[in-house]
Amino acid sequence: MIRSHVMICGGSGCTASGSKALQEAMEKELVAKDLQDEVKVVQTGCFGLCELGPIMVVYPGDVFYSRVTVDDIPEIVEEHLLKGRIVDRLVHEDEVLKEQVTSLNDTSFYQVQKRVALKNCGLIDPESIDEYLAMDGYVALQKVLQEMTPDDVIQVMLDSGLRGRGGAGFPTGLKWKFAKGYDAPQKFVCCNADEGDPGAFMDRSILEGDPHVVLEAMTIAGYAIGANQGYIYVRAEYPIAVQRLKIALDQAHEYGLLGKNIMETGFDFDIDIRLGAGAFVCGEETALMTSIEGNRGEPRPRPPFPAEKGLFQSPSILNNVETWANIPQIIINGPEWFAAMGTEKSKGTKVFALGGKIKHTGLVEIPMGTTLRTVIEEVGGGIPNGKKFKAAQTGGPSGGCIPASHIDVQMDYEHLAEIGSIMGSGGLIVMDEDNCMVDIAKFFLKFTVDESCGKCTPCRIGTRRMLEILDRITEGKGTMEDIDKLEELAYYIKENALCGLGQTAPNPVLSTIRFFRDEYIAHIQDKKCPAGVCTALLSYVIDPEKCIGCTMCQRNCPADAISVTDYVAEGHKKPSLAIDTDKCIKCGACMNNCKFGAISKQ
Amino acid sequence: MDTITLKIDGVEVTVPKGYTVLQAAHEAAIKIPTLCYLKEINEIGACRMCLVEVKGSPKLAAACVFPAADGMEVYTNTPRIIENRKKTLELILSNHRKECLSCVRSGKCELQQLCQEYGIEDENYYAGANPVFEIDDSAAHMVRDNSKCILCRRCVAACTVSQGIGCIGPNNRGFDTNIGSVFDLPLAETSCIHCGQCIAVCPTGAIYEKDSVDDVFAAIHDPSKHVLVQVAPAVRAGLAECFDKPIGTDAQGKMAAAMRRLGFDKVFDTVFSADLTIMEEANEFIDRVSNGGVLPMITSCSPGWVKFCETYYPDMIPNLSTCKSPQGMFGAVAKSYYAEKEGIDPKDIVMVSIMPCTAKKFEYGRPEMNIDGLRDNDYVLTTREFGRMIKRAGINWDMLPEEDFDLPLGLGTGAGVIFGATGGVMEAALRTAVETLTGEELPNVDFEDVRGLKDIRTATYEVAGLTVRVAVTSGLANARKLLDMVKAGELEVDFIEVMACPGGCVNGGGQPQVHADIRNFVDIRAERAKVLYALDKGNAIRKSHENPAIKEIYETFLGEPGSHLAHKLLHTTYTERKVNGNWEK
Repeated sequence: MIRSHVMICGGSGCTASGSKALQEAMEKELVAKDLQDEVKVVQTGCFGLCELGPIMVVYPGDVFYSRVTVDDIPEIVEEHLLKGRIVDRLVHEDEVLKEQVTSLNDTSFYQVQKRVALKNCGLIDPESIDEYLAMDGYVALQKVLQEMTPDDVIQVMLDSGLRGRGGAGFPTGLKWKFAKGYDAPQKFVCCNADEGDPGAFMDRSILEGDPHVVLEAMTIAGYAIGANQGYIYVRAEYPIAVQRLKIALDQAHEYGLLGKNIMETGFDFDIDIRLGAGAFVCGEETALMTSIEGNRGEPRPRPPFPAEKGLFQSPSILNNVETWANIPQIIINGPEWFAAMGTEKSKGTKVFALGGKIKHTGLVEIPMGTTLRTVIEEVGGGIPNGKKFKAAQTGGPSGGCIPASHIDVQMDYEHLAEIGSIMGSGGLIVMDEDNCMVDIAKFFLKFTVDESCGKCTPCRIGTRRMLEILDRITEGKGTMEDIDKLEELAYYIKENALCGLGQTAPNPVLSTIRFFRDEYIAHIQDKKCPAGVCTALLSYVIDPEKCIGCTMCQRNCPADAISVTDYVAEGHKKPSLAIDTDKCIKCGACMNNCKFGAISKQ
Repeated sequence: MDTITLKIDGVEVTVPKGYTVLQAAHEAAIKIPTLCYLKEINEIGACRMCLVEVKGSPKLAAACVFPAADGMEVYTNTPRIIENRKKTLELILSNHRKECLSCVRSGKCELQQLCQEYGIEDENYYAGANPVFEIDDSAAHMVRDNSKCILCRRCVAACTVSQGIGCIGPNNRGFDTNIGSVFDLPLAETSCIHCGQCIAVCPTGAIYEKDSVDDVFAAIHDPSKHVLVQVAPAVRAGLAECFDKPIGTDAQGKMAAAMRRLGFDKVFDTVFSADLTIMEEANEFIDRVSNGGVLPMITSCSPGWVKFCETYYPDMIPNLSTCKSPQGMFGAVAKSYYAEKEGIDPKDIVMVSIMPCTAKKFEYGRPEMNIDGLRDNDYVLTTREFGRMIKRAGINWDMLPEEDFDLPLGLGTGAGVIFGATGGVMEAALRTAVETLTGEELPNVDFEDVRGLKDIRTATYEVAGLTVRVAVTSGLANARKLLDMVKAGELEVDFIEVMACPGGCVNGGGQPQVHADIRNFVDIRAERAKVLYALDKGNAIRKSHENPAIKEIYETFLGEPGSHLAHKLLHTTYTERKVNGNWEK
């Protein structure tokens, strides 16, 4: 008899921090203690608190252990699993609540969250269809196939107010309705799992933690629009997600939940996986479809929209992973349940990948309309090292920066757009006073320049010219005219580029100019980077009064730029050192190695 | 027909349903500028020159692909639109080798024209990285200078969509995108068939033919050489465009006069050897039909098609007629029959061939195109090069008289002249084959069924108890369709005409380039073909076998069609090639 479950996170974050070894050690230890028949080890999807990984949760009791190592295993088995005593030293110390929190759900990280799309992540074994079934899996599909007409399904989607979680926020039900309206011998349902924003891993976590939800939802959509074939376009860089999808597909086939005559209702639907080769632009719907067709992944002009002529010129819908993950629950709980969450125009919840200068990096799901402040201070635990919050970047390379003055902005489609950012697919990068906003703009723009497909003129050449201007500015070679030129190009590209990638590429630049123009001016007129990031504008300086002449910096300088002076400060025995700025390559090795705080960036 | 009515810049216009905004604007006498758009083959909305405002839409629409709709209000030239187009041009210029004064396309460049129209003042306004690409001049017929490429992808569409080959495409991505071959192979090592359709559609000077103008001038001015010129039928249907005459202007008489003034020793006509080709090809066809030879027989006049067949349908090489093309036959006859007749050492003859074709630059260099080590032809010029020669020599086109070709090799029939249009070879062959088989004069020499621009035309004729089933196509994507049908047994035919270029030689890769803003609204294939059909109609002799010069060459020199000597001079062999074969080595 199983009397205890040990859930070990098998998400990418915890896998990276060693959860695989943990699982093996746990299984071995259980055998050693002859507990293998009483304790079941389950590899789950992502819990969200990646920062504290590897994560382990023990049931009953919902006891949450963080940063567990292989060495901790014998103690956990001996104390907790055998004797029933919680291992206190591994229990999470909640920095917001200022106390030890035993249960995951009681952590400040989880308290504000509302997990819909992530419902099963961390709760079930993603490689087991039975566990998915036990969590009401495929109940929605059954309801749809046995009790609802395709129009009913679409009406539910419309009533729920669900909007695309991939970035643009188009109403999902409307998309389905359009596709259903076109008569065609063949239609397609596509899943966009080509998540590419820097730092974003929402879709990855859902695929890794709850793959069946995507299959179930796509099948529901197939029934609604009249399609019999689906494609999941997933990045080849997500091997665990791909592997679990394949397992899920096999299991669904085996259980008669996919393929011919599903649940003996006469409805046929099948799904194939297509691996993306790592082009960001293939997240754009027409480029994604062009890529599935076997061609160079490039966007096509719209109209015709995919609902009319999409994949293989047939009516097609494309939704992203997180959108799919909401659908079965909307069917089961009803559209009113879903519409009760969120704001007037942005219903439901949104998953964000929280990263950057924040204590709890990880995955969070919050009701639409939650303020940025709540996300940062309560869920994220605030900014580490006592630094000050400067800005948050949402929407990845298509988004913008939200300055501290707007920290109380509600996170939903409308409010984010109002301040020049976008919801995007859910990347949320927090920045503190050490971040240079010109550098941040350059980082995101460089990403789009690299990822531009090269098809249309504005994106291919225009973004490159903008990047060249930003390079000039961060090297101290910019002019005030360059800001005008940047804005001029930015507005031009937004208006003229062929696809969403190009049309939004200038956003990071525009929003940083809007909120942090003084930083641009400092780079241009004062030749200074106020945050001390842009190396061309920095110099490392040794304070002769603090330097004790230990020569540690000199020995660590790779450029031989540091030499001993003949100045001996009062109270010091040895002469101080000095940096030759002409030779200095600004690597920072001297400062990192100075134990006396005598070296600073200026 | 369903129609829609919309307003473009305040002008109400009624157009058929299905028109794009660009097409509707054309009907309203408004030109919307384009760089990438080519009707039917390159509707990709990539260059962004054609963006217009549509009332009620927050986003600009690419007129080239945006469907016009009833009640729509479109604005094509607002200050916002014009400012955007200027920026697009300035950005393109920032990544373009701006050596306009020495560029082969200067004065005829679509980019240059738009820059003038939009008043670009500073070509370096957005100056930045402007990579210089290595020039690819590996292929026999052309040069690619990607530093001048604006990535409109018209060449890619011509190669892939029209010709069904696709030996070029975009490599790399973003700012590093460039047009090239698979694995960046030099073009010569790919399956390029040298048709030059990429050149014909290039808006700038990024792709151009290899120029032999200086060599030909040098030969003309070498007193030890006897320089002959032959000019293909289709050249007379296109050449006048080099002098800004309307598409479809007949240039035959002025062309002969210009060649004479350029200093060629004799001014001959490839129409003569087109007639000769018909004699040999009709004979070969009758022979194959009568003696159980390989059928269907397929024409071999188009060197692009021949190389395509050798590469993509090597199993059908036995179906190719063994006749050399008219260009090859001409050179072989000039250096034998003519040389003997005139008492000239064939080694002193320089044979210049003026063609609407770039593949002829490949064909004349094929190893088998020689007689006893003497090349059939020595230089091949395109229509464009010929036009440049005339200009460089200071010849005033407008004041040129109309003159005739020299005899005997300048005498051609109406049958020979229609070789330049798709279906022409078939029609000419039918005129001769039918009369040969029946021994009776044709009441009507016009075989209308094989004319026109339908992708694939078929016809069946009952001739002297024989059923002759023919098929005609042009453009290699169409040829692919036709051959696949034949191979699958879906189409049974005895005789096929294939021309590599869509519409035949009148639309050859060596013909004057036509700006897309004209090309998209005028069918240059049909307009130029009209010139040839008019010349046919106006010619007193409309059957190859009735050409007195042809009768004479057989009576005094070759003997019968298909004779031993005819085979030596006028027939050829083929080579099996692999697709992109050279990288398999």
